[in-house]
Amino acid sequence: MWNYARRDAKTWSSAITGLTLQNEDKSATMGMISARQQCRLYRKREQSMGIIQSSKLTFEYTKKDEEGNIEEVKRAVDGVDLDIHPGQFIAILGHNGSGKSTLAKHMNAILLPTEGTMWVGGKDTKAEEYLWEIRQTAGMVFQNPDNQIIASVVEEDVGFGPENLGVPTLEIWDRVEESLKAVDMLEYRRHSPNKLSGGQKQRVAIAGVVAMHPKCIVLDEPTAMLDPSGRHEVIRTVRALNEVEGVTVILITHYMEEVVWADRVFVMDDGKIVMQGTPREIFSQVETLKAYRLDVPQATLLAWELKHDGVDLPDGILTMDELKDELVKRICQ
Amino acid sequence: MLRDITLGQYYPADSVIHKLDPRLKLIGTMVFLVSLFLSHDWIGYLAATVFLAGVIRASRVPFRYMLKGLKAIILILLITVVFNLFVVPGDVIWEFWVLRVTRQGLSQAGFMAVRLIYLIIGSSVMTLTTTPNDLTDGLERVLGPLRMVKVPVHEIAMIMSIALRFIPILLEETDKIMKAQTARGADFESGNLIQKAKSMVPLLVPLFISAFRRANDLALAMEARCYRGGAGRTKMKPLLYEKRDYAGYAVLAVYLAAMIAIRIMR
Repeated sequence: MWNYARRDAKTWSSAITGLTLQNEDKSATMGMISARQQCRLYRKREQSMGIIQSSKLTFEYTKKDEEGNIEEVKRAVDGVDLDIHPGQFIAILGHNGSGKSTLAKHMNAILLPTEGTMWVGGKDTKAEEYLWEIRQTAGMVFQNPDNQIIASVVEEDVGFGPENLGVPTLEIWDRVEESLKAVDMLEYRRHSPNKLSGGQKQRVAIAGVVAMHPKCIVLDEPTAMLDPSGRHEVIRTVRALNEVEGVTVILITHYMEEVVWADRVFVMDDGKIVMQGTPREIFSQVETLKAYRLDVPQATLLAWELKHDGVDLPDGILTMDELKDELVKRICQ
Repeated sequence: MLRDITLGQYYPADSVIHKLDPRLKLIGTMVFLVSLFLSHDWIGYLAATVFLAGVIRASRVPFRYMLKGLKAIILILLITVVFNLFVVPGDVIWEFWVLRVTRQGLSQAGFMAVRLIYLIIGSSVMTLTTTPNDLTDGLERVLGPLRMVKVPVHEIAMIMSIALRFIPILLEETDKIMKAQTARGADFESGNLIQKAKSMVPLLVPLFISAFRRANDLALAMEARCYRGGAGRTKMKPLLYEKRDYAGYAVLAVYLAAMIAIRIMR
């Protein structure tokens, strides 16, 4: 869970730099559970109360003509049940118009359900008196990095959230520093956001949310407007937050590669959750995914095609390294 | 290229004037402008000149930057001088056809010119030594009392600072749209004024739509980060007076007192 005490600078930087390394060998040891993962699993079991829960959540957009008559009703989210536990890394997948962004906006009480209920940190989002508490519990990062940075200096933007919460000045400075460190952007604190790259801007936006000390961060397609290296930066940052700090992460995306690291994946189509499970479980069903107009990571697709043509490979290969190892094993035999 | 433009005309330097509280600089500029209208003879202007020269010296901004602002008012300056020169009645010192220059006219034209030039230089000193953000912050605090009469001071300041943040973004976008429309055969260069104005339509419409979309996104992002107006908000960088600011106020008070004294005594 989120630790309110001031964090040690070293832990952060080592966590971030260490993660790249860890990235590479993770695929090799995918089958085994590392000590760190075991620790995480234990922590997760401890906190059994869901941080984000919903029951039969439904949201309808009504389109009205000029006289105010209802012309068309579109169900963007249709009877979604969710139960997300603290510390989890959740990915929500879906093609355009599948309702995933609409669902995300419910987690921050930007949209309120037409039917059903959404609880954030145990609070019903429809209760107006909890509105700001809910927004603090579930921070939100949006798609366009330019349109969510308010100030013209990086550190002032990160301080914007705490300012709104009425945090005392000195603590704002502490929070800004630790948040910028957490996303590895401390050296840019006095820069103008206009001069940063897309990935850097998005990391500043994440820092802005982190500075509010949320229990959960909802990222609504944070990488959709970024180049591959920017995408990598952002995902690495998000994973560091999840693994080191135990912040619950809900990542909404349509890039399959980003989903590989999630604890649990939900696939949405036409407002409904149509598939859920671990990335491995999801990606072993290549044909079903294709039916929902979703791409599969290249490695998975290649493995699937090979298997189709008679090569003996296991289901649900997620990364290139994993595929390489399996193929080497086959060739050596 | 567009993203490199600096907003306002802030000149970065490490001087006492740069470090002063923006509130002091705002009030100081106001006092200086008022004092210019107080003086009617050369002693008053001499005092103002000494004060202004002292401040410019302390600001470490090259003098030519101060003069840049004058370009904009050259026409107004000329008209003022010419009118004062020929219209003011009094002792004639030079006459040609219908034109008549009087001694009083000559001195008034001179004073008016100096007054206008000092007005511009005085306010340039403020904008050159204060970042737009500091100015906005200062303005929010200086205008604070207006809240009593229901002026939304915080909101105005917030609008100003957001505008400052988005001007470069929108400029860049204008550039992009312009290129896109040129690629589709739009012509922004040729034709007379009306044709040129008309050719701006395909540029302005997408720009406005995109600005509204951005505004919508930004409002959403601000709300998601718990923004709910000025009430209950703390400041990351609150404006606090320091010793040098009190000293600044003291200097300002002495200057104003001197100007009033000169005015009364003569």
